[in-house]
Amino acid sequence: MIEILSSGALNSVQDRGRRGLLSSGVSRSGAMDLPALDAANALLGNEPNAAAVEVATFPFRLRFVVVATVAVTGATAEARLAGRRLMPWGAAEARPGDELTIDPPTAGARIYVAFGGGVDVPQLLGGRATDLKSGYGGHEGRGLKRGDRLPLGRRATGRLPDGGIGALPPPGRSDPDRPLRVLPAAEWLDFSDAARQRFLSVGWRVTAEADRQGCRLDGPELVRERRRELLSHGIVPGTVQVPPSGRPIVQLAEANTCGGYPKIATVIEADLWRLGQAMPGDALRFAVVDRAEALAALRETADWLDRLRSAAALYRVS
Amino acid sequence: MANEFTLSDAGTGALLFDVAQDGVFDETRQARLLALADSLAGTPGIDDVVPGMNNLMVAFDPLTVDADEIGRRLAEGWRRAASAGEPGRSHEIAVVYGGPDLQDFAAGLGLSVDEVIERHSQALYRVAAIGAMPGFPYLSGLDPKLATPRRAVPRQGVPKGAVIVGGGQAGIMPITAPSGWHILGHTDFQLFDPHRAVPATLRPGDSVRFIGKGGER
Repeated sequence: MIEILSSGALNSVQDRGRRGLLSSGVSRSGAMDLPALDAANALLGNEPNAAAVEVATFPFRLRFVVVATVAVTGATAEARLAGRRLMPWGAAEARPGDELTIDPPTAGARIYVAFGGGVDVPQLLGGRATDLKSGYGGHEGRGLKRGDRLPLGRRATGRLPDGGIGALPPPGRSDPDRPLRVLPAAEWLDFSDAARQRFLSVGWRVTAEADRQGCRLDGPELVRERRRELLSHGIVPGTVQVPPSGRPIVQLAEANTCGGYPKIATVIEADLWRLGQAMPGDALRFAVVDRAEALAALRETADWLDRLRSAAALYRVS
Repeated sequence: MANEFTLSDAGTGALLFDVAQDGVFDETRQARLLALADSLAGTPGIDDVVPGMNNLMVAFDPLTVDADEIGRRLAEGWRRAASAGEPGRSHEIAVVYGGPDLQDFAAGLGLSVDEVIERHSQALYRVAAIGAMPGFPYLSGLDPKLATPRRAVPRQGVPKGAVIVGGGQAGIMPITAPSGWHILGHTDFQLFDPHRAVPATLRPGDSVRFIGKGGER
């Protein structure tokens, strides 16, 4: 059990999100930065879909009621456990009464706090993710607030070394200026050459309208040359829609499951975490890749996670 | 012509299969698509089969399933898909007509409020797809006389239970959320229950009739 001491409505219990329910209108939801959640669970020897706390409002504080292991990953921020600094992308043992404090990030937007055994809220629709838009899942279907107590599952055997352990962040985190890789989507060719050129050459500004549903970008207008009528269709996180304003919106974890706006491109799965870590005012660029490169990037992340899981297991002494 | 389609990538792990022609929704094609969707559901590696309006999105695990293989299955399945799927269920949904848009909506069409109510409640609707919001039904079958462009500025909070129309479609709000559709009334019909294995009450292929209940206008 842990007790939340200080939080904001945007901090919520998240896992890897729901599958198989898009056709019921149920968004995937889940962590906005999946590799960060995966890393936190790997450090603790948790099952891959264990639920953690996604922190987007700072400072965040909690108190351990029981002995537990804790991992903190994601945005760059100072995290202290019982006054001692945790390593970046690190994990450590906590004792009852210990407080965990996380300061506002100096880079990035979201931190993942995972616990050995995961946050054991009831499963709903096959998962533990909170859907803040629809108000179900996670802890009572809402963001966390002061006084909330969250149960923890059964932790993996073994004890973390004193001083904790740390992980190497996933591939691609060291270069914040690298473009977001996209695959062309259904209406790619409906946009003029100039519009496509602009889409790929401009630094798009993340606006204040950026949340778990989507990220609205600001920049020059993208004109669709071929204005054919579109009927509503299923969409996935990463879809870059161009509404009548001509400014793109990237749909994210809690996006509506169907939409009707033209889609110029889709951000590849391996790069979606960057939108989860984007802050209003950040500049983003896009670059087109092919399916082979998109798959290679996803494999690279999967391999990194496998290595991290094996390495972390070596550090847990029984 | 009948077997034409377009296939496009929807990112690394999804494909969009589109059989719409000239942006006009077609019931026969939709029935065939729903049969195609049923035939793909449960395939290992496929996470989601999502019927839209004359299109189908298939989401899969790209590390275990080849997108080209799914594309081939969609193309072949579409050629074979017949519209005789399982018959849908019928639902009668009680509506109290009224709300903030009804008067203006009727006036904009040159109809009386009673005529709007009559046309809306006499049609037999078909659930074309479920999506956007949890359990939201895209209903086809709206009287063409009631087809109106969506509001220029969407309303921020259209309440749960609002009975709405937008363009040539009808629907019901499952949660309170922004929408550009016009509100014609209200129902207590429950569209979604997250505690059920199949959380959406309505299913594609079901038919719906709205029954006007007395009440305030």
